[in-house]
Amino acid sequence: MSLTAKDKETVKAFWAKVAPKAEDIGQDALSRMLAVYPQTKTYFSHWKDMSAGSAPVKKHGATVMGGVADAVTKIDDLTSGLLSLSELHAFTLRVDPANFKILAHNILVVFAIKFPSDFTPEVHVSVDKFLAALARALSEKYR
Amino acid sequence: MGGAQLDVYKVDLLGLLTHTRQRKQPNQNSKMVKWSDFERAAIQDIFSKINYDVVGCAALSRCLIVYPWTQRYFGGFGNLYNAAAITSNPKVAAHGKVIMAGLEKAVKNMDDIKTTYKDLSVLHSEKLQVDPDNFNLLADCLTIVVAGQMGAAFTPEVHGAFQKFLAVVVASLRKQYH
Repeated sequence: MSLTAKDKETVKAFWAKVAPKAEDIGQDALSRMLAVYPQTKTYFSHWKDMSAGSAPVKKHGATVMGGVADAVTKIDDLTSGLLSLSELHAFTLRVDPANFKILAHNILVVFAIKFPSDFTPEVHVSVDKFLAALARALSEKYR
Repeated sequence: MGGAQLDVYKVDLLGLLTHTRQRKQPNQNSKMVKWSDFERAAIQDIFSKINYDVVGCAALSRCLIVYPWTQRYFGGFGNLYNAAAITSNPKVAAHGKVIMAGLEKAVKNMDDIKTTYKDLSVLHSEKLQVDPDNFNLLADCLTIVVAGQMGAAFTPEVHGAFQKFLAVVVASLRKQYH
């Protein structure tokens, strides 16, 4: 399920539209993930406040979307482009890769809410494929 | 027999009822899904606000577009060759309505979705032979479509309630698979 040229074009065009709101998107997606999939909270037990709109959630949402923005620029070779991020997740953070799918879904939900007319089914499939490819690249160094 | 014994029986019953009220009685059927007041209200609210015709068709279309292997179950639907064909396909729209009608049954029977869906589960497992992992794919698409329709009203808390509802629906549909 690799990205076609059309997928890459679609992702870049959609990202150009949503990038100005990246921090809000990140915060919203992360808040949703923590609220709707409470098992993900286990990775953030060091945060004093996990509620939507809290400072750590805001900051981390921005960090995550920064990673996504970076991935968009490296869309032609995600595996080598995200190598150090993969090492971070594999050896330091040790996030179970199943959670990448969960966060990706929540990012898509936020896209649907904030960009209802732009997030068409065609954009949805390309972005879903991109986030899945991103997750695969992040999982690269796990074992 | 007769009056006296009945009176004794009545007193006993009253005693039992009072005793029951004083002691916290565990849920009769501990396997029943427990819904909070917020969750119940959120689900009823979502289903009162969304446009059934739009949501059913849009969710099914997205599922067929985003996860194209799901098209395997719709061989008789004609033209599913591309996104435009899928979104304008009348059989997809009609089936979207069937799905929404099925979901409405669950909304009206939230306290026993498992029993409500028994026949539907048998249908999907024995006749339609749908891989139950596909239920999650359609559920994800439904969430995305409902989120798009409701906008900011689809808060993380409402989203959580909807996710729980869909999880119960999916589990109930999986129940009769052997």
